[in-house]
Amino acid sequence: MELFGQTVICGILLGGMYALIAIGMTLIMGVMKIINLAHGALVMVGMYVTYVCFTNYGIDPYIGMFIAMPVLFLIGCLIQKYMINRLVEVESILPENQVLLTVGIMLVLTEVMRLMFKSDYRSVTTGYSTDTVYLGGMSISVAMVIGFFIAMGFTLLLHLFLTKTDIGKSIRATAQDRDAAVYMGVNSSRITMLTFGIGAALAAAGGSLLLPLFYLWPDIGHLFTAKSFIITILGGMGSTMGAAIGGLILGIAESLGATYISMGYKDLVGLVIFLLVLLFLPGGFRSLARRL
Amino acid sequence: MKNVNLLLKLLLLVIVVILPLVIKAPYQLHIIILIFIWAIIGTSWNLLGGYAGQVSFGHAAFFGVGAYAAGLLQFHMGVSPWWGMLLGPIAAVVVSLPIGVIAFRLRGPYFALAMLALGEIFRLLFINLPFTNGAKGILIMPAITTKMFYYYVGLASLLLTVGVTYYIVHSKIGYYLVSIREDQDAATSLGIPTTLYKNYALLPSAFFTGLAGALYMNYVAFIDPNIVFNLTNVSVMVIMVVMLGGVATTWGPTVGAAIYIVLGEVFRTTLGSANVLVFGVLVCLIILFLPNGIVGEIDMLRGVLARKKEGAAGGVKV
Repeated sequence: MELFGQTVICGILLGGMYALIAIGMTLIMGVMKIINLAHGALVMVGMYVTYVCFTNYGIDPYIGMFIAMPVLFLIGCLIQKYMINRLVEVESILPENQVLLTVGIMLVLTEVMRLMFKSDYRSVTTGYSTDTVYLGGMSISVAMVIGFFIAMGFTLLLHLFLTKTDIGKSIRATAQDRDAAVYMGVNSSRITMLTFGIGAALAAAGGSLLLPLFYLWPDIGHLFTAKSFIITILGGMGSTMGAAIGGLILGIAESLGATYISMGYKDLVGLVIFLLVLLFLPGGFRSLARRL
Repeated sequence: MKNVNLLLKLLLLVIVVILPLVIKAPYQLHIIILIFIWAIIGTSWNLLGGYAGQVSFGHAAFFGVGAYAAGLLQFHMGVSPWWGMLLGPIAAVVVSLPIGVIAFRLRGPYFALAMLALGEIFRLLFINLPFTNGAKGILIMPAITTKMFYYYVGLASLLLTVGVTYYIVHSKIGYYLVSIREDQDAATSLGIPTTLYKNYALLPSAFFTGLAGALYMNYVAFIDPNIVFNLTNVSVMVIMVVMLGGVATTWGPTVGAAIYIVLGEVFRTTLGSANVLVFGVLVCLIILFLPNGIVGEIDMLRGVLARKKEGAAGGVKV
C-alpha cells in the first residue's frame, strides 16, 4: 500500500511539471492549429539556459527559470514571426508542410546545443537535490514537491491571464475562430507571435523545474515532445485545464506502469493511452466535461 | 517529342544498369544503394501521403517490421535472404492491416499523430519483446556480400515500386485517392468508400516500405530497434525526402532521396560535427521556398529561367 501511495504521489508531482510543458504546446496547437514538433527542443534549450546560469553564475534553477523564460519567449516570437507565419501564406499540396518546418527547427536547435555543449549527460546538483520528505512510510523528493507547486502556480497564473486580460481574451478568440477574431479587430499575426512566445516560455519554465530531476543532453527534447503530445491530446487541444489534468493522468499512468509492469514498458503505457483517447474520445477530456 | 522522351529514359536506364561496371569504388556504390533504399521508402510513402493526402509519421513501423522479419528469420532459423526479402514485406502488410483499421478512423493532424504513436509503440515493443534481442539489436552473417548484388536488387526493387505506384495512381484507385486528398467529404458524398481506398493505398505502401527494410537488413547485416524504428531518422526523413523531391510526383521521391543522401554524405565529410545543423537549416529553407519540392516546382523553376531569357532577348511580357 505504501508503495502504491508513493507511486501515485510521485506520478502526480511529475505530472504537474509535465503539464506545464504541455500547456505551452496546447496553447500553440489551439491558436495556430499546427503540430509543433520543436516543442521538446524548446524545453531543452530552456534547460540549458538554466543549466548555464547555475554552473557559471551559481544561480539556483528555480531562480534561473526567470532568466530562461524571457530568453525562450524571444526565441519563440522570432521563430513564429520569421518562419511559421511566412509558411501560412505559401501554397502547397499538403498542409503538413508546417509540421515539417518545426522538425527543421528542432534539428537546428538540437544541433546548435550539441555544438555548444557536446552530447554529454549533464546534471545539476543543488543542496536539496537529494533531500526527501517523509509522509508516513513514503519518501518523496523535495525537488519534486517544489517543482510541482511552482508548476501549479504558473498554471493558475496563465489561466487568470487568459480569462482576465485583453491579450488573453484575444488569444482565446483567435483559437476559437481566427477569421471572426480578425473581424473583431484582433491583430492575429501579433497574437500568434505572442502565443508562440508564451508557449515557449512555459516550456522553458517546465524544463527548469525538471532540471534538478533529469539528466540533460541535447536529445532530451524528443522525450518532452512525445509527452506533451500525449497530454495535449488527453486534455483536448487548446484547453489549459485539460492539459493540467492530462499531465497528472500521464504522470500517474507512467509511474504505475514503471512500478507494476516494468521500467521498459513505462513509455508504452502513455502511448497506448494516447491512442485509445484519440480513437474513443477525440476531443479529449474537454469534450467529456462538456458532455456531463 | 514523345519519342525523344522515351529515348532519353531508355538511355538513362542503360546508364544506371552499366554504372556499377564502370565505377567499382565500394563507397560510391554504397551511396547509390542507400539512395535506392530511400527512394523505395519515399515512393511508397508518396502513394499514401502524397496522392491520398494521408500524411503518415509512422512509416518506420513498416520499415522496421520488414527489416526485423527478414533479420529474425535468418538469425533464428537461417532462412535464405531471398525468403527474407519476400517475407519481410508480407509481414509489413500484415502489420499494416490493424494499423489501417486504427489510424484511418482519424483525419488530418490526428491521423499524423496516431501514426507517430504507432511507430513509437513498435520501437518500444521491439526493445522489450523476448525474441528480438532487445536494444542490443541483431547481427547476421550476410549470405551475399558483394555490393554489385545489392545494387541490382535495389535497382530492380525501385523500378518495381515506381512501376506499381505509377500503375495504381493512373488507375481508378489513383483518381479516388486524389479526390480523397482534395476533399474527403465531397468524395464520400459521391459514394467513394474513403476508408477502403485509403487501405488500398496503405497496403502497397507498407509492402514496399517493408521490402526496403528487408533489403536494408540484408545489406547492412545489423539492426537495432532504435535504428529501424527511429522517428527522426526514418519516419520524418521519408517525409523530407518526398517533400524535397516533389509530393505526388512519380520520380520526385527518387530525386529527393538522391539529393538528401548525397548532401548528407557531403556535409558529413566536409563539415564534421556541424553537418546535422546545416542539414536542419537546409530543411527549413527548402520548406519555406520550395513547398512542393523540386519536381513539383519544376514548371515554376522553368518559368523563372524562361522569363530571364526573354528579358535578355529584350522581349516584353504582356
